[in-house]
Amino acid sequence: MITGEGASKSCCGRGLSAVEEQMSSCIQTPAGAHWSKGTIDTPSGKVLKISTELEFRDISGSWKARWGINRMRYTVPPGLYGVDNPDNTSPVFVTANYKMSFDRLRKELAGLNAWIMVLDTKGINVWCAAGKGTFGTAELVRRIAAVVLSRIVSHRTIILPQLGAPGVSAHEVRRQSGFNVVYGPVRASDIKAFLKAGMKATREMRTVKFGFVDRLVLTPVELAGIWKPVAIIAAALVIAAMTGLVTVTFSGLYPFAGAILMGAVVAPVLLPWIPGRAFSWKGWLMGFLWTLAVLRLHGGLAQTGTIWNMSALLFLLPAISAFLTMNFTGASTYTSLSGVKKEMRFAVPVIIVLAVAGIGSWLIGRF
Amino acid sequence: MKHHYLKNVVTLQLDDDKCNGCGVCLNVCPHGVLGSEEKKVQIVDRNACMECGACAANCPFNAITVNAGVGCAAAIIKGALTGREPSCGCGENCC
Repeated sequence: MITGEGASKSCCGRGLSAVEEQMSSCIQTPAGAHWSKGTIDTPSGKVLKISTELEFRDISGSWKARWGINRMRYTVPPGLYGVDNPDNTSPVFVTANYKMSFDRLRKELAGLNAWIMVLDTKGINVWCAAGKGTFGTAELVRRIAAVVLSRIVSHRTIILPQLGAPGVSAHEVRRQSGFNVVYGPVRASDIKAFLKAGMKATREMRTVKFGFVDRLVLTPVELAGIWKPVAIIAAALVIAAMTGLVTVTFSGLYPFAGAILMGAVVAPVLLPWIPGRAFSWKGWLMGFLWTLAVLRLHGGLAQTGTIWNMSALLFLLPAISAFLTMNFTGASTYTSLSGVKKEMRFAVPVIIVLAVAGIGSWLIGRF
Repeated sequence: MKHHYLKNVVTLQLDDDKCNGCGVCLNVCPHGVLGSEEKKVQIVDRNACMECGACAANCPFNAITVNAGVGCAAAIIKGALTGREPSCGCGENCC
């Protein structure tokens, strides 16, 4: 792998300029990584050759990351890599150093001779890193210089994933580095069609979709994100139960588990089919339907005890779902900052009022 | 199915006088918000805009302005609590 001028030497420690050390690109040496298969000699040193086949551990690694396991350390060292037998005419693809981003790209380059330039995005995927600016003009220009791209390819074109565009000013990159940025398709799976069409992406390739499966694979992150507060509440309940203040039973807890699932999984997955636009509303509606089902299962007023218990559930459960679905705005691909702010100005106070009313009802019912 | 979020909230602005119709913005918009007619860019689906800022960042003529940011409730809550701009300010859980 080339990380800079000193690249013909080993990556870390020796022969690196101060600038490169600041870039802290040498996180680990990837020579032993399972996806590397030898090296390629180039005018600016040896470049690691990489496999285009994903192994079981790549796929299982993705799933772990989706569940939040080791997610922030799921990275690839920034620098230049080669696919098959690239030469000075081969295309250069730029990506983030989140391993899932890197894997998606290399998988789609099977059968091509190409270069992959990995930017240091601190282990964050292309789109989010572009929003933060770490996948951005400055890092791109720096990396082009560090790997001495101008000595490796004779052309002056780099292909960026379109979703990197929020962080990059193509005209600035050209001015500062001499390289022309071409924005490729949103999805790596369209790369071959994009190249075949003479580096032109169709409108279809340029559009972000957010289909059923896209939404479903993002729900584990939501669940993983609320694991901690749920564990704290559960621990508090256990302690309260031991002191005899409350009795904890399955029938007392499953309505809450259901409200969490409604808000963090069911509403996100059914998103476009639930009427309305605000996420919190969609979550509230799913939570409300769930609460009605719970009350019915409990045999209505007769079984839930008092009107207070019933109203506690009706206030509290949909509010939990509403809050969780509102948080899914972060995972969605179409909510604007202005829109979410507007939604929250209404939704947050309402959720708080509902939660207070719910807890208040429960307390009144108890004492 | 095309998703639409809340209506009439986005801050996207296009300055017709500065636009020279190069169309870079059309290539970077992920939601088909912009279209072009007679060598001028137009906003054709304003409510689909997610304020990612790609069009503004890549316009060589500064013809587009948008208050870009993350449409993420958790980030906004965190921003409000810490007094910073909302950003996916990654701990273990972020976008």
